[in-house]
Amino acid sequence: MSILGNRVVRLEDRRFLRGEGRYVENLDLEGALSVTFVRSPLAHARVNGVDISAALELPNVQVFTGADVDAHPFGPPPHWHITTGMERPLVARDVARFAGDIVAVVVSEDRASGLDASELVIVDYDPLPAALSVEEAVKDDVLLFPALGSNVANRGGADDLDDRLFDECEIVVSGVLVSQRMVAAPLEPRSAAAVVGDDGRLTLWATSQTPHTGKMVVAGLLGLEPAQVRVVSPDVGGGFGAKMVEPEAVLVAWLARRLGRPVRWTETRSENMLGLPHGRGQRLSYTLGGTRAGKLLAYRLEVLGDGGAYPALGAYLPNLTALMANAVYAIPKVETRTVSVVTNTTPTTSIRGAGRPEAAQAIERAIDRFAAEAELDPAEVRRANFIAKDAFPYATPTGATYDSGDYDGALDLVLRSAGYEELREEQRRRRAEGSVVELGIGLAAYVEISNPVGEAEFGEVEITEDGGAILRTGSHSHGQGHETTFAMIAAERLGLPVERVIVHRGDTDDVPKGTGTFGSKSTQIGGVAGRVAADAVVERATALAADYLEAAAADVLLDVESGSFRVADAPTPSLSWAELASKASADGRLGELRAAHEFQAPPTFPFGCHLAVVEVDTDTGKVVLVRFVAVDDAGTLINPLVADGQVHGGIAFGVGQALFEEVVYEEDGYPLTGTFVGYGFPSAAELPSYERIEMVTPTPNNPIGVKGIGESGTVGSTPAVVNAVVDALAPYGVRDIAMPCNGENVWKALREARG
Amino acid sequence: MTNVALTVNGERREADVEPRQLLVYFLRDQLGLKGTNVGCDTSSCGACTVLVDGESVKSCTVLAVQADGSDVTTIEGLAAGDDLHPVQQAFHEQHGLQCGFCTPGFVMATVSLLRESPSPSESEIRQALEGNLCRCTGYHNIVRAVEAAAKAGA
Amino acid sequence: MIPAEFAYHRAESLDDAIEALGRDPDAKLLAGGHSLIPALRLRIARPSVLVDVGRLEDLRYVRDDGDRIAIGALTRHAQLAADPVLGHGCAVVARAAALVGDPQVRHRGTIGGSVAHADPASDLPTVLLALDASLVARGPDGERTIPLSSFFIGPFTTALAAREVLTEIRIPKVDRGVYLKHTRRAQDWATVGVAAVVADGTTHVALASMGPTPVRARAVEDALANGAGAAEAAARAGEGTEPPSDVSGSGEYRAHLAQVYVRRALEQL
Repeated sequence: MSILGNRVVRLEDRRFLRGEGRYVENLDLEGALSVTFVRSPLAHARVNGVDISAALELPNVQVFTGADVDAHPFGPPPHWHITTGMERPLVARDVARFAGDIVAVVVSEDRASGLDASELVIVDYDPLPAALSVEEAVKDDVLLFPALGSNVANRGGADDLDDRLFDECEIVVSGVLVSQRMVAAPLEPRSAAAVVGDDGRLTLWATSQTPHTGKMVVAGLLGLEPAQVRVVSPDVGGGFGAKMVEPEAVLVAWLARRLGRPVRWTETRSENMLGLPHGRGQRLSYTLGGTRAGKLLAYRLEVLGDGGAYPALGAYLPNLTALMANAVYAIPKVETRTVSVVTNTTPTTSIRGAGRPEAAQAIERAIDRFAAEAELDPAEVRRANFIAKDAFPYATPTGATYDSGDYDGALDLVLRSAGYEELREEQRRRRAEGSVVELGIGLAAYVEISNPVGEAEFGEVEITEDGGAILRTGSHSHGQGHETTFAMIAAERLGLPVERVIVHRGDTDDVPKGTGTFGSKSTQIGGVAGRVAADAVVERATALAADYLEAAAADVLLDVESGSFRVADAPTPSLSWAELASKASADGRLGELRAAHEFQAPPTFPFGCHLAVVEVDTDTGKVVLVRFVAVDDAGTLINPLVADGQVHGGIAFGVGQALFEEVVYEEDGYPLTGTFVGYGFPSAAELPSYERIEMVTPTPNNPIGVKGIGESGTVGSTPAVVNAVVDALAPYGVRDIAMPCNGENVWKALREARG
Repeated sequence: MTNVALTVNGERREADVEPRQLLVYFLRDQLGLKGTNVGCDTSSCGACTVLVDGESVKSCTVLAVQADGSDVTTIEGLAAGDDLHPVQQAFHEQHGLQCGFCTPGFVMATVSLLRESPSPSESEIRQALEGNLCRCTGYHNIVRAVEAAAKAGA
Repeated sequence: MIPAEFAYHRAESLDDAIEALGRDPDAKLLAGGHSLIPALRLRIARPSVLVDVGRLEDLRYVRDDGDRIAIGALTRHAQLAADPVLGHGCAVVARAAALVGDPQVRHRGTIGGSVAHADPASDLPTVLLALDASLVARGPDGERTIPLSSFFIGPFTTALAAREVLTEIRIPKVDRGVYLKHTRRAQDWATVGVAAVVADGTTHVALASMGPTPVRARAVEDALANGAGAAEAAARAGEGTEPPSDVSGSGEYRAHLAQVYVRRALEQL
C-alpha cells in the first residue's frame, strides 16, 4: 500500500512546536559582533558624506561606508535582460536611490549599542526629486541612472501594436488594473551570520530559500573560489519568494572576512518592510474583445512594471505575466507588451505567484466586465471559452505549452460545491429586500506555471549503516513540509517507514548542488529527483542483496511492504534494509548504496477555479469574505494534508491583496505602511475557513504526475474576491473597484457610480 | 542594572538586566530560551506571546524589570518531557504550522484562550487570535487545532 | 526594535511615584506599558527614567459608589471587560474595553494608561468622554478632580501636570450605551469610533479618530435635544471635527463613517 496520497502528519513539527526551531537568529555563535545597517530615509538623494565620528565615540564600534567595501555590485543575471548599468552597490556611495538603501554599516558588541551607534552616524544628504510611481518614472523626467538616459529596465512583447486586433469584435472592454505593490512579510525577519574558519573557509548562515545560489553570489561578489564558501540556510521562517540572496547577507560575509571575527545580523520588522524586496507593482492595461454571443476573439495585455530602485527579478516578471496572459482561455489572437521601469522605491522581486497572479487578475477582471457588457452569466462566458480538456498539450499564442488541464471540470466542481444557484438566489432575495449589506459572488478560473523556467534539481539517497536513509535535496523547505513529503516519496520506493528517511537540505557542504525552493517547483523536480535516486539505490541494493543471497540479481526483488530483499517466489531467506546495510558496512560496501540524480523537466501548469462570497456594507464600504470555495488541481497529491495547507496559505495571501494590503508611499518616498500597524496583513479574524475541493489531473512531465501547488491558491483568490465585490455592487452601477477592494475604495466607487 | 528574580517554566531565575531590556530578549539572550520569537516592532504579530501569571502577554511589550516576581511560561515549558502538551499535539495533528516561526506565539495564546474560554466557537477563536499573525497557514488549520485542543479538554 | 537607554524606578507608593517624577523633568510613568513601550521601541519616546507604578495594586479596582462607579487607574482592560459591577452598571465601558487591541494587550493595558496617553483614536477615552467622566489625579500639592471634558488638550497631550499621577476614573451609571468602532482589521485602532450614551435623559455622543483628541459630537447632541431623529442628527456628525487623513482613511471618508456610525449607534441605543 503506497503512502503517497495519505494525510501524514509532518515529521519536522516537533522542533517547531517545542520552540527548538533552528532559525539563524537562534544560532549560538561565540564572540559574534553585531551588525546594524544605516539606511537612507530619503527616496532619492546625493550622499555627500558620511560622518562617523560621533558613532565611533561609543565603545567598540566600527563603521564602514561605501568607500570601504571592496566588493562587486549586485547585478541581475543576463537571462533576465535587465538594462546594464543599473547594478546595486552593496553600500550606496554617491547616491541613495530608495528609502532603505544602505549607506553605512555599523559593527558593535551587541544589537542595542549597534542601534545607539547607528543613530549617531550623520549622513549629509542632498535630496533629489524622486520618481515614486511607474507613471512618473516612465516619463524619464527624474532619472535614477542619468548616464543611461532612461528609466526603462526591461522590455518585452510586441514592438508595435496591431490596431486592427479588435476589428471583428462586437464587444470590446478595456481597463486598467493596478496590481498594487505588496510585501512578502514572512513572520521571520532576515538574519545572517558569518564566520571564517581556521582553514580560511567562509561559512555564512542566511535566511535564504536558495543557499546554493547564495554561495555562488557571495563567492562572485567577494572574489572567492566557490569551494571557499559554505552557505547554510537552516530553518527559515517563511520566504514567499522574497528571501533569496540580498546585499545584507553578502555584507555580513564581507565583514566576517574583513574583521576576522564572527559577525551576525538580525533585522527589525521596520527594516524588513523597507529592505526585503517587495512584490507585484504592475499596472496592467487590458483589452478583451469578442462576439455578443460570448466568444472571445482577441486580448491585449500591456504591462508597466515597477522594478524599484535596482531592477532585478521584479523587473523581469512582467514577461512571465505576458506568457500567462490568456490564462485558461482559447483566445485566437493575443498580443502583449511589457515595460519595466526603475522607481525610487524598494527593489521588487518574486512574491507568491510572481507575475502569474497579475495575469489572472487582469484577465479575470476583463472576463467579468465582458460578461456584464454582453449581459451574459460570467460562469458561462468562461465555460464557453475554456481550452478544451482534449486539447493538451496546448500551445498558447504567448509561447507556453500547457501540459494537462480540465478547466471545465474545475468550474463545474466549484459551482456544484458552492451551491452557485442557491447563492444567486440568496443574492436576489437580499437585493429585493433592499439590504444595506449586499452579497457578492465572484469567480476566477486560473492556470499558473510552476517550475516556470524548467529547472533541474538534485536529489541523492544514501542508505545508512542502520538501514535507514538520508535524502539530500537541492530543494529547500521553509514551511512547505518537504522533510515529510520528500521522505514519503523516497520511503515509498525504498519500502521504508517514512520516519526512517531523513531529509537533508540547506547546507551547501552537505548537499553538493541545488536551486532552492521557489516557483512551486520543488516536489516536481526535487521530489522526483529523490525518487529517481531512490530507485537507483534500490537497483544497486538489489544487486548487493543478490550477492548475499547468492542469487542472480534478476531473480531478487525488493518487497516494499516489508522493506526486505528476497528471491522472487521465496519468502525466505530475506534481508531487511538494516541487515543489508549492516553486512555491506562490514564489507566496506555501504557506499554502493548511494545514488544521486538531477531531474529536469519542463514547466507544469496547475489550474483551478475559485469562488468567493463577500458581504459588502454599502454604507461603510466594509467588505467581509464570508465563504471561499477552492478547486486547485496540482496533479498527483503526495500528502493531501500538506497540500491543503499550501492552498490555504496561498488563498490568504491572495485575499490579502484583494482586501487588505498595499504599500503606500508618502510624497517624500518613505512608506506610510512601514510597520504591521500601517500595513494591513490580515489575521484569523479577517478570514473565514476555506472549502478546498480536491481535483487531480496528473501531468505527463514527471513519473509521479505532480505539479506545483504552493502558489496556486494565490493566483485564483485575488481575482475571485475582486469579482465578488464588484458583483455585489453591480446593481448600483459599479463596474470596477481598485484594490484593496475594501473600505474607502468601495465607498469611492459607490459614490462615483451613484453620481 | 536592575536585579530581577522570577520563575520561568517552574524554575527560579535571577539576573541583572538593563531597564531597557524587553522580556522577550531577556528570555532569549539571557536565559537561552530561544523558542519565543520576535516578528515585528509594533506589538502586532504576537510571535513573542508567553504566559505571565497564567495570561497571554506579548513579551516584546513588557520590560524584563516589569516581570520581576512573576511566573512566566514559555513554549519550552509546555511539554512534559517527551510528551507534547495537548495544544502542541493538536497543532501537530491538524497541521496548524508550516514554517513554525509564529507557532510558539499561537500555542501560548491558545493555552491562555482555552483557560479563559474552554469551548469557544469558531468565531470566538478567530477573534481571540486577532493579535497573532501567520503568513503561511491562512489560519484555517490553526483554527482547527484550537477546536481540537478544546475538544481534547486542553 | 530596542529602546534607547533609560533609568528605572519602581514606585513603592503613589507618593514615591510623584516624588520620582519630580526629580527629573524627562521622567515618564509606566503602567501597563502598552502605549509607552511601543513608543520606546520605535524610539519615538526617549524618557530619561521610567517610574513604574505597575505594582500599586490598590489602584486596581472597580467600585460601586451608588449612582456612579469608581475605577482605579491601573485596572486592566481585561478586568474591565469581565467586571460584574461594570457589566451591570455601565456596560458600555466593559464592552469598549473588550475591543481594545487584542487579548494580549487587554491582559496588560490599563484604563489610566490609555486615558493619560490620550491617543485620539482610543476607545476608552472616547467612551469616557461621552459619559462625562471625571478623573482624580494626585500630585505634590495633593489631589484634584479633573472633568474629562477639559482633560484632552491635543494629540497625546492632557491637562495632567508633569508630576501628577492619575488615580481614579469616575463614571455615572447608565442603562443605555453603545460603542461602535470601524476598523480595517480587528486588532487595528479605530478608523472612526462612536460612543453614544443616555445619561440623565440626555444623549451624549463622542467620536474617536475625528480630530486631535476624542471629541464630543455637539452638533449631533444639539439636534437630538431639539427633537431630530437619528438620521437627521447623525448627518451633523462631522461638524466641528477635523478628521485626519492617514493610511486608514482620508478625512472625507472618516467624516462619512462618522455619520453612518452615529446613526447606527443612536438607532441601537
